[in-house]
Amino acid sequence: MKNNPVVINLKDVSIKLGGNQILENLNLSIRDKEFITLLGPSGCGKTTTLRLIAGFLEPDSGDILFSDKSVTNVPPHKRQVNTIFQRYALFPNLNVYENIAFGLRLKKIKDSEIRTKVKEMLDLVNLKGFERRTVDSLSGGQQQRVAIARALAVDPKVLLLDEPLGALDLKLRKDMQVELKNIQQRLGITFIYVTHDQEEALSMSDTIVVMDGGDIQQIGTPEEIYNEPNNAFVADFIGESNILDGNMLADYKCKFSGAEFECLDKGFDDGEAVDIVVRPEDVDIVPVEKGMLTGVVTSVTFKGVHFEIIVDIGGFKWMIQTTDYEAVGSKIGLFIEPDAIHIMKKSKYSGMFGDYSSFSDEIEHLSDIVEEE
Amino acid sequence: MNKNSSLRMKLYASPHIVWSAIFIVVPLIMVAYYSFTNADGAFSLENIYRLSDYTTTFLRSLWYGIIATIICFILAYPIAYIISQSKLRIQTTMIMLAMIPMWMNFLIRTYAWMNILEDSGVINKILTTIGLEPVHMINTPGAVILGMVYNFLPYMILPIYSVMTKLDKNLVEAAQDLGAGKVSVFAKVVFPMSVPGIVSGITMVFVPSVSTFYISQKLGGGTFALIGDVIEMQFQISNNFHFGAALSLVLMILILICMAFMNRFSSNEDVGGGMVI
Amino acid sequence: MKKTHPLGKIYAFLIMAFMYIPILIIAVYSFNSSNSTGILTGFSLKWYGELFKDKATLEACYNTIVLAITSAVTATVVGTVAALGIDKMKKSWRRSLLMTITDIPMMNPEIVTGVSMMLLFVFIGTFLKINGILGFWTLFIAHVTFSLPYVILNILPKLSQTNPNLAEAAMDLGCTPGKAVRKVILPAIRPGIVSGFIMAFTLSLDDFIISYFVSGPKFQTLPIRIYSMTKKRVTPDMYALSTIIFVIILIMLIIINMRGLKGNSKAKGRAKA
Repeated sequence: MKNNPVVINLKDVSIKLGGNQILENLNLSIRDKEFITLLGPSGCGKTTTLRLIAGFLEPDSGDILFSDKSVTNVPPHKRQVNTIFQRYALFPNLNVYENIAFGLRLKKIKDSEIRTKVKEMLDLVNLKGFERRTVDSLSGGQQQRVAIARALAVDPKVLLLDEPLGALDLKLRKDMQVELKNIQQRLGITFIYVTHDQEEALSMSDTIVVMDGGDIQQIGTPEEIYNEPNNAFVADFIGESNILDGNMLADYKCKFSGAEFECLDKGFDDGEAVDIVVRPEDVDIVPVEKGMLTGVVTSVTFKGVHFEIIVDIGGFKWMIQTTDYEAVGSKIGLFIEPDAIHIMKKSKYSGMFGDYSSFSDEIEHLSDIVEEE
Repeated sequence: MNKNSSLRMKLYASPHIVWSAIFIVVPLIMVAYYSFTNADGAFSLENIYRLSDYTTTFLRSLWYGIIATIICFILAYPIAYIISQSKLRIQTTMIMLAMIPMWMNFLIRTYAWMNILEDSGVINKILTTIGLEPVHMINTPGAVILGMVYNFLPYMILPIYSVMTKLDKNLVEAAQDLGAGKVSVFAKVVFPMSVPGIVSGITMVFVPSVSTFYISQKLGGGTFALIGDVIEMQFQISNNFHFGAALSLVLMILILICMAFMNRFSSNEDVGGGMVI
Repeated sequence: MKKTHPLGKIYAFLIMAFMYIPILIIAVYSFNSSNSTGILTGFSLKWYGELFKDKATLEACYNTIVLAITSAVTATVVGTVAALGIDKMKKSWRRSLLMTITDIPMMNPEIVTGVSMMLLFVFIGTFLKINGILGFWTLFIAHVTFSLPYVILNILPKLSQTNPNLAEAAMDLGCTPGKAVRKVILPAIRPGIVSGFIMAFTLSLDDFIISYFVSGPKFQTLPIRIYSMTKKRVTPDMYALSTIIFVIILIMLIIINMRGLKGNSKAKGRAKA
């Protein structure tokens, strides 16, 4: 993947919408045959980036290149990229066949060829025999498939997908994730995928671009993003994490929660203040006397595969995922391997995410809404 | 809601059902009854036979109605499109501007046109002042059609505008995305999607145009009658309710046929439209 | 949104000119001192003075307003209750038959509606031997009848948008079914009721054709008065009256629109935050 040629290049792209600076000097290159995901919370600029590539928006400054040719001023209908819209945007006055044939007809392709192509596309998305159906008579998942077939029928080099699975229920979503990934690999084209769902991003992508506030926070493979987050935002956004204040004592040696630990990171100043990430599944529970840290269990939740335990260590509530049951109130020891500790430079996100003391997804959302009002 | 209370809720419709039965259905039955009876109340077909004397009047009404509707459509479609494409503030102002004339009583508006078109009216005064020959305009079919277009134009603009604003912007983008330029986007997305608005605009202009009597009286000067004039005359002057009822019955049936035709056309567009394009 | 093409602007201007020139001419002649509607002789408020001396016209104004208020209130009440009932009816031939009948006064040519009701009233009149049955009550019935479909069509969509669990939630919390309707459903569909009422009111104010057939000499509405006056040459006091009505409606619309804009900017503010 890393050696494939770059097909799309965004250079210092800035754009304002409705008086708000959405993107500022964004740089991004996308390689051929890559499944790249723009991931971030709503308002981070991911959809804007996608619409810039599609041509529905023009940047205020900067340049957009397709294979080294600037397309900044090329209108959408002349760009060799196609979009799957959030709510599919199927033409309600046309049936399934005509929806898929839409782009082909505009290219003045012969009827017989169109017929073959539409059939091929319907096969690809498992909708054989749906040609004459009206769009309204289809379920959400079927509409989604038609939208995919319609976009792929015109042989795009790059397919843009704007939260395409957002309207589907969980089960269907999982199935479609697998299917989309298969289609992408079979056709060997570039997918640029926008989502706010980190699990979806982790399971489908070759490359993830984590965005927040119009800036790219990190670009990397799913493993890199998960195991070596750049800053507290990425660590918090992707998966669960205990983010602690700490210091680097020396190379491979750090200190947090009042104890010293060995780690795998180096290259920091001695004594430098850093953010430390420990994933909940990387902490082992041991008897108190063997623990590197000790704490009291304050809550236990059964999650099926594991228990989620909240442990109070010196006033900081950690989350730990373990298969061993520990009763609330019991005192336990924690053991952390050097490779479970990840050190990050301090950033503007440091100290923003706190501990798991008021842990509840619902409560977090509620507090967000109250703030917004 | 349990079955009982939803049953009770359904009964809420009953005053309306009774009202509609007495004041909508029965009057229509009366129209049919009067059509097929004579002054003595006996069954008679003489009114129906007499209708054939007015074939030209019917045809003239239909013809003028069709022309006025077509002109309204040609004038209204671009303006509805322009309004729907402008900024929201301008949209509300323009739509208000398009609606305000409807608030002036239509008798007065028509009368104003009489003043404008008369031989000694506003236009001819301007023409003679600048040294041109006056033009005879009033009491011509053109004047009547102008009156129809003027009075009913907003009824064409509004429904077309409202479907155009409801047009999903994503559909336009999807078409562009698939390679459609400005003309193709219009021909393949905007226009087909606006057909329901066009259909309701056409009915809203056609029906009052075909059945009008005031416009033809004032701007046609009684030189030729439209079907509305004949009906009005039967009820208000010659007091021949039976023949008036027969004329109304035929007018209603004619319009029903026209509307059924329109609806068929529009629903066809919905189902098999893809094949047409 | 793109900028409108200059040709588009010119076109829009021409259409608006077409729509407003007759209205402008009416306004100009209403301030004209001559009593001919053809010649401009000078500015005068004489016709506005004349207007307020014309008893018959003033009475017609009063009648029109009384009729509009009573018929619109009745149509709104009957229509709202009917909409609640229709909303609960299952999608069946019964419901579509009822809706078709409801829509008849809206779809039928006005002249046919007027004529058909006139026939009914005259028939009842001769049957019950009432002389001169045509008057306020026949107008009232006709206006309620042609307003009903507009009221119902304004409310039904609001009802179907309302969460069906709303009434259930209210009853769950202790409301009786009737109370649930009053406390929960009616407030939820209020915008539909209000716009239905406004439509019924303005339709009644403006109606000429149907009123023309179901009114008698005892009770004249303004449009009918205007009609009988335009049978002869119109004196410019009619123009003065039209100008006054026009200005009143213009002011009302501007107020409504400004309130709408304010509401919009509020909503926008909320969306942003």
